[in-house]
Amino acid sequence: MGSIAQATYWTIHGSSLVLALHLLGLTLFGYIAARRLGPLLAARRDPRLDRPWQRLGRVAQYWLGQWRHPRFRFAGALHILIFAGFLILAGRAFKLLALGVSDRFAGEGGGWYGAVHAYAATAVLLAMIAAAARRLVLRPARYPRSADAIFLLGLIALLMAADGVFEGSEGAFEHRAMALASLPWLVGAVFAHASLPVLRGLHTGAYFVHEGAFIGLLCYRPFGIQFHVETSLFSIYFSKLDRGTVKPVRWDIPDEHLDSADGFGVKRFEDFTWKHILDFYSCADCGRCADFCPAHAVGRPLAPRTLTIKARDYVFRRYPVFQSAQDGQALVGGLFTEDEIWSCTTCGACEAECPLLIEYIDKIVDLRRGLVDDGRAPQSLHKPLKALESRGNPFGKLERKRGEWARDVVTNGSRPLETLYFADSISSYDERMQAIARAAARILARLQQDFGILGAQERDSGHDVRRFGEETLFQALREHNTEAIRASGARRIVTADPHAFNALRHDYRDLPPVEHISQVLARAVEQGKIRFRPAGEAVYTYHDPCYLGRHNGLYEEPRRVLDAIPGLRRVEMARARDRSFCCGGGGLALFYEPKEKERMAVRRVRMAAEAGANVMVTACPFCMANIEDAIKVAGMEGRMEAIDLAELAERQMEPEAKVPEPEITQAKVVGS
Amino acid sequence: MDILVCAKRVPDTAENEIEIKADGADIERDDLVYSVNEADNYAVEAALQIAACTGGKVTVVTVGGEEDEEILRREMAMGANGGVLLTDDAFRDSDGRGIAAVLKAFVETGHYDLILTGVQADDGCAQVGGMLAAMLDYPFASLVTSIEVVEGGKLKIAREVEGGNKEIHAIDLPCVLSIQTGINEPRYVGMRGIRQVASIPIPRLGAPDLACALAMTGKGNAKVQRSRYFTPPAGKAAEILEGSRDEVIEKLIDLLKAKGGLN
Amino acid sequence: MPRIFAYVVHNSGVPDDTAAEMPAAARRIDPGQSPVAIVTGWGAELDQVCESLRATYGEIWKIAREPLAHPNAELVRQALVRVVPAGSIVLVPHAHFGTDLSPGLAIKLDAAYVPDVVDMEGVEGRWLKAVRQEFGGLIWARVRCDISTGAVLNIRPGAFRAADGAAANGRVVDRSADVGTLESRRRYLETIAAESGDIDITREPVLVSVGRGIGEQENIAVAEDLAEAMGAAVSCSRPVVDAKWMDKSRQVGSSGKTVRPKVYIACGISGSFQHLAGLKGNPFLVAINKNLKAPIFRVADVGIVDDILEFLPAMAERVREETAVGGKTRRKS
Repeated sequence: MGSIAQATYWTIHGSSLVLALHLLGLTLFGYIAARRLGPLLAARRDPRLDRPWQRLGRVAQYWLGQWRHPRFRFAGALHILIFAGFLILAGRAFKLLALGVSDRFAGEGGGWYGAVHAYAATAVLLAMIAAAARRLVLRPARYPRSADAIFLLGLIALLMAADGVFEGSEGAFEHRAMALASLPWLVGAVFAHASLPVLRGLHTGAYFVHEGAFIGLLCYRPFGIQFHVETSLFSIYFSKLDRGTVKPVRWDIPDEHLDSADGFGVKRFEDFTWKHILDFYSCADCGRCADFCPAHAVGRPLAPRTLTIKARDYVFRRYPVFQSAQDGQALVGGLFTEDEIWSCTTCGACEAECPLLIEYIDKIVDLRRGLVDDGRAPQSLHKPLKALESRGNPFGKLERKRGEWARDVVTNGSRPLETLYFADSISSYDERMQAIARAAARILARLQQDFGILGAQERDSGHDVRRFGEETLFQALREHNTEAIRASGARRIVTADPHAFNALRHDYRDLPPVEHISQVLARAVEQGKIRFRPAGEAVYTYHDPCYLGRHNGLYEEPRRVLDAIPGLRRVEMARARDRSFCCGGGGLALFYEPKEKERMAVRRVRMAAEAGANVMVTACPFCMANIEDAIKVAGMEGRMEAIDLAELAERQMEPEAKVPEPEITQAKVVGS
Repeated sequence: MDILVCAKRVPDTAENEIEIKADGADIERDDLVYSVNEADNYAVEAALQIAACTGGKVTVVTVGGEEDEEILRREMAMGANGGVLLTDDAFRDSDGRGIAAVLKAFVETGHYDLILTGVQADDGCAQVGGMLAAMLDYPFASLVTSIEVVEGGKLKIAREVEGGNKEIHAIDLPCVLSIQTGINEPRYVGMRGIRQVASIPIPRLGAPDLACALAMTGKGNAKVQRSRYFTPPAGKAAEILEGSRDEVIEKLIDLLKAKGGLN
Repeated sequence: MPRIFAYVVHNSGVPDDTAAEMPAAARRIDPGQSPVAIVTGWGAELDQVCESLRATYGEIWKIAREPLAHPNAELVRQALVRVVPAGSIVLVPHAHFGTDLSPGLAIKLDAAYVPDVVDMEGVEGRWLKAVRQEFGGLIWARVRCDISTGAVLNIRPGAFRAADGAAANGRVVDRSADVGTLESRRRYLETIAAESGDIDITREPVLVSVGRGIGEQENIAVAEDLAEAMGAAVSCSRPVVDAKWMDKSRQVGSSGKTVRPKVYIACGISGSFQHLAGLKGNPFLVAINKNLKAPIFRVADVGIVDDILEFLPAMAERVREETAVGGKTRRKS
C-alpha cells in the first residue's frame, strides 16, 4: 500500500502536507491552551504542590483507576470502557500522526497490539454510539445540554471510524488477517475485493479524516465538557487532600494579618483560586453531584453542576480565545443568585460523588465570604450572627446560663481536667438537645472519665459561622475557645456534636485530640466496658450526620455501637454512609429560610420509613432538631421516632452494681 | 444630598428577661448587651441608599457617653461616612426635649438636606424626630415606609397608617423623617467591617462647641422624668387551663363551643 | 389646674373610639374637669363628627378649613398652636396620627410631652404622674411630667375605659377663623389602600392568629390545619408579616387590620398593644404561648401554656373527631 508521507497531493509532498497540518493543529491547540491558562494565572494563589506521593496515589486511584465511576453502573461502565480505549489508542493515534510525516513510523501492521487497538477502537466507537443513543433516546434528566456532547461523541466516533477504515483498507490490500469482528476486520471484509485505487483512496481519505478529527477534537475540547480529557489529570493531582476543612480566606495572608486583605471571599471571578477555575474547566457536566445534592432534591435553587457550568461559560466569555473579553456580569446577583449560594448545607454529597474530585464547599464558602463582606448576609441570619458576636451563641441567651444544662449532673470542683466535654451552643441552650449533652455526660461518667465542661467560658464552636462566610466572627470565637480549652488543662476533648467535632478537629489549631462520643462508645463496647440491655421491638436505622460521616469518615463506629445492643434490629436506608441525605444542615442553617418545595428532613424521614424503620438514630443535635420537626411536619408522629446515639446508648446501658454519680467539673478558667 | 441620621444605643432585650432593680430606679443592666436601636439601622440603610443614588455624605450622630461610640462605628461600618458623638455632663439625663435641643444645636453647625431618625427606640418614646423638626422649623413626617427623591429639592414619602394603608406626601427639603422598620433590608455588619473603622477618629462635641440651649438639657431641666420602674399590675388575667394536654384540649373545646367558636 | 383639651381623630364622619376614652383619661388628671374636644377637618363629615361628639363632650371646638380636609399633622399643629391657650393639657390618641403630631406640638406649645400613656395618677404640685410601658410592655414605668407650661399627653387607645355618663349635650364652638393661614412644606397627595388578600379577616367570626412564636414559615401550616378543622381563618401579628411569612392582608394590629371576631385564638403572640389595638368587639380571647409571662395572658380570657407546634396539631385532631361525630362522643383521657 502506498505511503502517506511519500505520496504527492496536488503537487505537495505528503510528509510536508501532513507536517504542515500537524503544525497548524498544534499551534492552534497551543494558542487555545495558552488562552485557557490565562485565567488561572490571574486567579488567587492556592498552594497544591505538597504531598506529591499522596497526590500520585490519588491519580492512580481516581484517574487511572476510575475509582468513583462504578458508583453509577451504566454510565460508569461506559466511561471506564471509553477511558481504557483512549489509553490504548493514545499510542496508536500518535503513531498514525507520525507515519504521515515519515515512513519510518509505519512499522508492521497487525500483531497483538494491532488486535488490541482494533478492538479498543471498535469498543470506543460502540460506546460512543451507546452514549449518544442514551442522550438522544433515553434522555436522562441529568443531561439537559446535549448538543456539545453529541458533537464531541460524533467527532470521537469519526476518529475511531477513520482509524478502522485506515487499518481495514490496508489490511484488505495486504490480505492480512485482522482481529475478528473488529471494525478493521469489517472494513477489510467489505472491501476485500475492491480495486487498488479504491483501497488507496479509502486509505488516504481515512488518514486525512483521522487527522482532521484529531485536530478537531484537540482544538474543540477546550470549549466544552471534553476539556476534562486534558485537565482531569491535573484536577485530580491537585485535588484537595484534607477533608472536613475549609480553605483559608487567603492562602497568601496568614489569619492574624487578614485585616490587611483588601476584601474577603470571591467577589470578582479572579478571586477564585486557580485550582477552582481548573475545576470549572474539568467538569464533564455528568450531573452526579446534582443527583445527590439534597438542596437540589428538595427544589432549592442550587445544583452543583450548574454552578460549575455557569462559571465555566462565564470564564469562557470573560477570557475568550478569539474575541475580546465581553463579560462584566456580577458574580452573585448576576451569574449566581444569592439564594443559590445560601442554599448549600455544606453536606459534601456532591464532593463525595464527583469522579474528578471537584470542590464545591470551598467555593460556596468563598462566595459567601464575599457576600458577607459586602453586607449581603441573608436577613434571617443577622440576629443570630449578632447574638454570636455579643453572646457567643446564636440564640442571644446569657453566657452565664450556658452551663446550666449540666446542673443536675454536676458537682463542682477545680483541678486540671483529663477530659473536656464540649457541648456547643444548641446542646447547651436548647431544651431538647440538652438531653443529648446530659446523656453523653452520663456515659462519660459511667466510663469513669475525669471530665468537665467549660460552662460559661464556652462559646459557639463557630463551625457554621465559618461555613456561612463570617470568617472574622469565626476567628474571634475560635480564639476565645482555644484560650479557654488551653486554660482548662484538658488532655483530650469529647463532644456529641459533629459540627463542634469537625470544627475542633479541623478548623482549630493545636488542640488536644478530639473525639466524638460515638468513638468513645465504640471503644468502650469493644473493650467490654459497656454492656447493653436488649432492645425492644422497634426497627432502627442509622442516619449518618454529614460532619461525622462524609467529612470525617466515621461510618462504622456508630453502627458498631448499635449492633452491640442485643436484639436490636437495624436496617440501612438506601442512602447511607457517604451517600447519606443531609437533614437540612446545622448551625446557622437552622436560621436560614430557604426557598424549597419540601424540607430535606421530611425526605429523609420518608426514606427511613421506606427502609422499614420506625426509629431513626442519629448522632448530631442538628439532625435531631431537623428530623424531629420533620416527623411532625410529615404527620408521622407515633410511627417514627428519632433518638440520638448517646441517648439510646445511655438508655440501654446495663445498670452496674452501683452507678457512680456523674461528676462534671466546672473547669476553672484563668484569665477571663 | 447630605444626610444626618440620629441613632441611639439601647440594651438588646430580645431573648432574655428584663429584671428591675430592687429600688425600681433602673433595670438590671449587668447582663445586658447593647447595640444600635433596631429602627435606627433602617434609617441608616435608607440614608445610604439615598446617598448612593444622589451622591452626598451620610453622617451618624448620637447624644451620650464614650460607650455610645460603638454604635457610631457600627453604622460607619455599614457605610456611613462619619460619626459624631455629642457628649457633655450637661446633657446627661436629658429628656427627649433636651436631646432634641442638643441635636438641633448640632444640626445648625453644619448643613444637612435630610435628617432621619428611627421611628422609636426600644426604650424610648418616638419623640426626638418630631421635636427636632419643630425646633428647626423643618417639615416632619413619622412612620415613613418609603422615600423617593423627586426633582426640585423634594421627597415623595409614604407613611404607614391604620389598616395597613399608606399615606403619600410630598415634603420639601430640608426635612426630618422618622423611619419605620421594614422600609428596607439593612445590610449586615460583620466584625471585620467594624474593625476596619476602628481607628477612624470620632469627633466629640460638647456644650461649648454647640450653641446649645442648656436651659433644656440635663436632669434638672427635664420636663419628663422617670420615677421608677415596676412590673405590671396583675389586672385582669387569663384563666390558665391546667392539666394534661388532652384535658386542656377538652376544656378548650367546651369553652369554644360555648362562645361560638365551634359548632 | 390647667385646662384639658382632647384632640379627636375621626374618619368618614365618625369619631375614633378614643374620643370616648379621653374624657376618662382627663378625669384621671383632674376628676372635676370635662375636657374640651378639638376637631379639625372640612365639610359635612366634620359637622357629623361634631354632632356625635355632643354626647360625650360639654364643649367642642370645631376648626373647619379646607387644607385640613386631608390628614397632615403639620397643618393641624399650626391650627392647634393658634387656638390652644398657653399652659393647657392636650390629650391626643397615641396612634399613627398622634405620633406624627404630638412631639412637634409639644415643642411649639413649649409644653411637656409624654407619649403612650396607659394610666395617670393625678397631679402633685406642678408634676403630673403618669404610667408608661417600656421594652415592649414587659416593664412599666412611672413618670412625672412638669405641667407648669402645659403638656401634650398621648393616650394609648383602649387604656382608659370610656364612661357611659349621661349625655353631655355639648355645644359646638366654631374656631375656624382663629387659626389664620395654614401652610406647610409637606403636602398630602393620596392614601393608597392596603391590598385585600384572598380572605377578608375583618369579616371572619373565628380567627386562629399566629405570632413570632410560630418560629418559621413552614410551621404556619399547623395553624392553617387547625383553622381548617374549625372552619376558621388564619391571621397573624406584625413579625410574621415582616418576615414575609404571611401576606400583609392577614395582619391584625394598628398597622394592619382591625378585626371583630367572636373568638380569637392567639398562638405564639406575645400581645403587644399595637397588636391588641387591632382586636375590637371584645372577642373571646384564647392565648396559647410557651411563656407564662407573655403580656397576652393579661388580656386573654383563657390561657394555655404549651408549645403551639405540639398543641395545635393535637387540638386540630381533636376538633376533627368532634365535628366528624357531631360532638356526641367523648374520647377517654
